[in-house]
Amino acid sequence: MTQNEFLNIVMPFKDKVFRLAKRLLVSTEEAEDATQEVLLKLWKNKGKIGEYKNVEAFSMTMTKNFCFDKLKSKQAQNLKIVHSNYEEKNTPLQKQVELNDSVSWVERIIEELPEQQRMIIQLRDIEEYDFDEIAKMLDMNNTAVRVTLSRARKTIRERLTNTHNYGIK
Amino acid sequence: MVLNSIDKLLEKYENGETSLKEEQVLKNYFSGDNVAPHLEHYKPMFVYFLGNQQEQYTKALPLKTKRTFNYRWLSVAAVAVIMLGVYFSRPVDYGTIDDPELAFNEVSKQLAMISNHFNKGTATVNYLDEMNKGTSTLNYLNEIENSTSIIFKTKN
Repeated sequence: MTQNEFLNIVMPFKDKVFRLAKRLLVSTEEAEDATQEVLLKLWKNKGKIGEYKNVEAFSMTMTKNFCFDKLKSKQAQNLKIVHSNYEEKNTPLQKQVELNDSVSWVERIIEELPEQQRMIIQLRDIEEYDFDEIAKMLDMNNTAVRVTLSRARKTIRERLTNTHNYGIK
Repeated sequence: MVLNSIDKLLEKYENGETSLKEEQVLKNYFSGDNVAPHLEHYKPMFVYFLGNQQEQYTKALPLKTKRTFNYRWLSVAAVAVIMLGVYFSRPVDYGTIDDPELAFNEVSKQLAMISNHFNKGTATVNYLDEMNKGTSTLNYLNEIENSTSIIFKTKN
C-alpha cells in the first residue's frame, strides 16, 4: 500500500480521531500526539487494513483505548494534592472573557461530564454516528448508549439552564 | 406549529430517541436567528456542536516510506562476494618442469638450500650447551648434601 492510498483511507476520519482524543484528553497538544500515534499504528499495520471491516470504527476504538491508557498513566503519575483550597477565588480575566462567550460554557460543561458520557456526546452530537456504530466502537450495547446519551444531554441542558437563569456557573 | 414540533423534538432528543435526521433539524433550527425566547438556552449547545465539527487535525503526519533494511539480503550478498573471491583467486601457475632429471636437480638444490638454512638456525641453538655445562657444575652441590645427610644421620 502506498502512502497516497493510505492517506485516502485515513483522511476522511483523521479529524474525528483528533476531536475524540481532544474530548478525552482536553489538551490540544496531547490530542495531536494521540492522533499521530493512532495513525502511525495504522500505518505500521497497513498490511492488515484490508482485513478490518470498518477502518474508521476500528480507529475510533483504538483512539478511545489509547486515550484511556494515557489518562490512566497520567493519574498514576500525578500526585493528588488533598487540600486544594488554595484555588484562586477570582477567576482570571482570560477565563472571565471566555465565560462571557456562552458557547464555551458548553465546552466546560462537557468537560465536567464523565468520560463515557463525553465520548458518546462527541460521537453522536458532533460526529453524528448512528447508535449501532457507536455501540460497536465503544463495545457497549445499543440501549446503554442511548441511556448514557440521554443522561449526558439532560445534564448539559440543566447546567445550561442554570447558567442562563442565574448567570453563574 | 413549527415551535410545537421543535418542543417535541427536544423532548425526544433529551431521551436519546431522535434519529440523526431529526437532530439535524434541531441543529438547523438553533443555528438560525429566530429561536423562540424560551428555548434560547439551548442555542449555545447546538452552536457548539456545529462549531466543533470544524476543528481539524493540522499536524503533519511523518509516514516513513523508506523500507527498513532487510538483513536477510545481507547474507546473500556476502555469499555472492565470497563466491566471486573464490572464482577470481585460483592458485597462480608457477610453471612446471617436464624433464625428470632437471626436476630432480632442482628439487635437491632446493632441499639443500633448506637444510643449509636449517643448520644455520640450529647452530645458534648450540649455545644452549653452555647452559648445560653450567647446570652440570651445580651437581657438585650434591656432594655437600651427601655430607650433610651423613651428619644428620649420625645425630639421629
